[in-house]
Amino acid sequence: MAKLIVSILLTALLSFVCGLFLPWWGFALAAFVVALLIPQRPLFAFFSGFIALLLLWGGLAVAIDLPNQSILSAKVAAILPLGGSTYLLIFVTGFVGALVGGGAAITGSFLRPVRSE
Amino acid sequence: MRIVPFLISLFLTTGLIFCLNRQWDLGDNKKTPVLGSFLSPQHGFWQNAEPVGSDFNGTVHLPGLEGKGEVYFDEYLVPHVYAKSEADACYIQGYLHAKFRLWQMEFQTFAAAGRLSEVLGAGKDEVYIKYDRSMRRLGMVEAAKAELAEIEKDSVSKRDCDAYTAGVNAWIGQLKEGDLPLEYKLLNYKPEPWNNLKIALFIKDMAYELAGGDNDFEMTNAKSYFSREDMAKLYPSIQDSLDPIIPKGTKFLTPSFLPKAPAGADSLYFNNPVTITDREMGSEKSNGSNNWAVSGTKTISHAPILCNDPHLNTTMPSIWYQMQIHTPGYNVYGVSFPGAPFVIIGFNDDCAWGITNAGRDVRDYYSIRFKDETRREYWFNKEWKTAEMRVDTILIRGQQPFYDTVMTTVFGPVMFDESFTGFSDVASSRSYAVRWKAADPSNEMATFSRFQSIRSYDDYKQALLTFKCPGQNFVFADKSGVVAMRQEGEFPAKWKGQGLYVMPGEDSSYLWQRSIPREENPYMFADSANRGFVSSANQEPVDSTYPYYLGSDFPIYRGLIINRLLNNMNSITPADMMKMQTNTYDVFAEMARPLLLKYIDRGQLNDKATGYLNTVRQWNLYNNPLEEGPVIFNYWWNQLYKNILDDEFSKASVSMTRPQESTVVEALIKDSAWSFVDNVNTPQKEGLTQEVTDAFLKIIPQLRQDEQNDRITWAKNKDTWVRHLLRIPQLSREHLPIGGGARCINAAKQFHGPSWRMIVHLTNKTEAYGVYPGGQSGNPGSPYYDNFVDYWATGRYYPLWVMGPEEVKDQRVKWVMHFE
Repeated sequence: MAKLIVSILLTALLSFVCGLFLPWWGFALAAFVVALLIPQRPLFAFFSGFIALLLLWGGLAVAIDLPNQSILSAKVAAILPLGGSTYLLIFVTGFVGALVGGGAAITGSFLRPVRSE
Repeated sequence: MRIVPFLISLFLTTGLIFCLNRQWDLGDNKKTPVLGSFLSPQHGFWQNAEPVGSDFNGTVHLPGLEGKGEVYFDEYLVPHVYAKSEADACYIQGYLHAKFRLWQMEFQTFAAAGRLSEVLGAGKDEVYIKYDRSMRRLGMVEAAKAELAEIEKDSVSKRDCDAYTAGVNAWIGQLKEGDLPLEYKLLNYKPEPWNNLKIALFIKDMAYELAGGDNDFEMTNAKSYFSREDMAKLYPSIQDSLDPIIPKGTKFLTPSFLPKAPAGADSLYFNNPVTITDREMGSEKSNGSNNWAVSGTKTISHAPILCNDPHLNTTMPSIWYQMQIHTPGYNVYGVSFPGAPFVIIGFNDDCAWGITNAGRDVRDYYSIRFKDETRREYWFNKEWKTAEMRVDTILIRGQQPFYDTVMTTVFGPVMFDESFTGFSDVASSRSYAVRWKAADPSNEMATFSRFQSIRSYDDYKQALLTFKCPGQNFVFADKSGVVAMRQEGEFPAKWKGQGLYVMPGEDSSYLWQRSIPREENPYMFADSANRGFVSSANQEPVDSTYPYYLGSDFPIYRGLIINRLLNNMNSITPADMMKMQTNTYDVFAEMARPLLLKYIDRGQLNDKATGYLNTVRQWNLYNNPLEEGPVIFNYWWNQLYKNILDDEFSKASVSMTRPQESTVVEALIKDSAWSFVDNVNTPQKEGLTQEVTDAFLKIIPQLRQDEQNDRITWAKNKDTWVRHLLRIPQLSREHLPIGGGARCINAAKQFHGPSWRMIVHLTNKTEAYGVYPGGQSGNPGSPYYDNFVDYWATGRYYPLWVMGPEEVKDQRVKWVMHFE
């Protein structure tokens, strides 16, 4: 459990840092590396990457959307089209990041020696 | 290590990233954004979500700034720029334009240069390629280069444009992916460096918008179809009810030069039947505007009041950016064009000015005879002359480039030929060259540069000398009490009928000859005309005693109502002017309604129809948002117009100019048996009663449907938008509750209308008001994106605060940006 939480937090933190310097997919490297370093079963690795990015991208979206009073998210959610729903747009944002994060993490975990943990 | 699961998950994950890292085609020429980066909260659209109550304070380092500068933003995000020199002011203005409006200024200059396909792809039916070819063939880029050469010859213009460009580039240079305006992220491209040519392109874009329209082809077709007698009936050169800008009866200077029609013009030009199938790009024909100024004799304060509302496409982001600029040389307030330096419409400490479009015909076509299909040589002055050739490369997103070979003749570039028929689907081997005033070298920037610091009528007149195209009506008022109007620009002196139709292009006799000398351009003073005011609303500037031919196709109704109201007003206040700028009275309906009511046969109407008739009969002639009268009236009139003219016009297989509605209504008032009333497709002879009644009965089903769909009231029926430049509804403001219309002073149509309303009261301390449909920020994620729209729609104004140097601590200053 502790490993899971550490993985999630570390992935989220490194992903954020990658986002500052790298293109949008930079966080995949972070999720991959964390899964490579912290031994977890593949499914757990997937969840740590998934949850980390769900929290990071979803959380950042919420943190941006609240002070913006959803001015932009309502417009973009109507264009995409998500029926103008800010909630759905935040969810989609988090989910897209999470899917890539989870995928990168499980890929990293498969690279670890089998049952070394 | 589990190699197979590793490879599978690696493949799936990189595949997912790959899919999220590209645009997907949605058909119908629509593409998704690059979803991965678009959704990324650190790169994509979320970064454009500006916190409400953002802090705009800051310090900006601009290399090469001569002194320190300050920008004080008020609560509307209007910047009050305090610069140590004029060049610094342009530098800071460039920076601010880019900071708040970068995408639109680049997009508009791309459009001007014929580069839309580069950003948007080929488009449905290759519409963007056709657009780009049209702009390139017209010579927009060459015209901009000629303008740039003139700008660079003038040391002040060059200095200011260089500084402006440096300001724009200072902003672009520090942009990170996340900072890009939303539209770049939606379309997936990046801005390129700004340069002075783009400023010139922006000016040419305005010339295109305001002086790039004509109906030479449609008129040529009409003259080939109708008899000379019918032509005079359908297209009179002056309307009876015209009230010109310069009052009727004004004496004009004896012309220094009178152009003469070439020998043989009757047979070779006026009566030579030709039909043309090529189609020009439809530029906005209804670009209009109002401006007027009243002298102190008519105001309560005894100080002049100047008003202007230019009508353009109502777009998001707005074409205008409001600002005050204070330098050692001037203190000016008004609206600027993101894409060019200076305040374009506004006022300084001494004077105010405003503009409307002159609408003179400065674009003509010549029929070119090429020797063969290589189009290398054309027949001119009895010999084969070699045409200049250039190849334009049009880059197209997602496709191979398109290479367009364009020939240029002594008349100008060949706009249409076998390889390009414009927006027509009909093949044609004929060639037409275009002569356009905006292609001539000129420096319109110099006029605005001088306007910033004009102190008197003489300064204003002097500043106008460099203004050539698009011709405008420049209204002027100053604190000494002078109130004036000048129609300015360099206009070709034309013989009567020159350029009304496509002209023969085989010898020099049909060329434009000289320009009208500047002192012969129409002008007037409010007081010398003993009228106490000047006004313009795109109507014909003068009556038929003016010695030069002006072209036709001028709208008359806004001018009529403006002059009627101003004539009857005294002790005027700015509040009166606000009421007037938002006035929705319809003079055309005032003339046409009695005609309709006189000829309708009430016996044929059922109860429902009688109800509609009573509504239109009792209507107060104001196009107010909740009125049903204007809806019924406009349907009725439009149907009658079709009833009367469709039979004749649909018989011709080519497109022809439809007569102005003022022509038709005036003809019908004078003669109810006007020859076009009869339907030529039926054996019997229709009379006006029959046509008017039939038109009314035909609109009843539509009215009933509108009633069910809640579209029977004027604002809902007209449906005014302030539309995003990419026509994305979600980034636009739709369904605004605004009245008015094309023929009203408040000329708010569906996508077009008063783009800036300004009222300047030239009292000791200037009192001014203004509003535009938009907001200071071009960012759809900002609360300042559209915050002026509701005020504009409901006819309210903001006070324009000319901030003094002693007011830097004033409560109205919300943020300060330091430039060093």
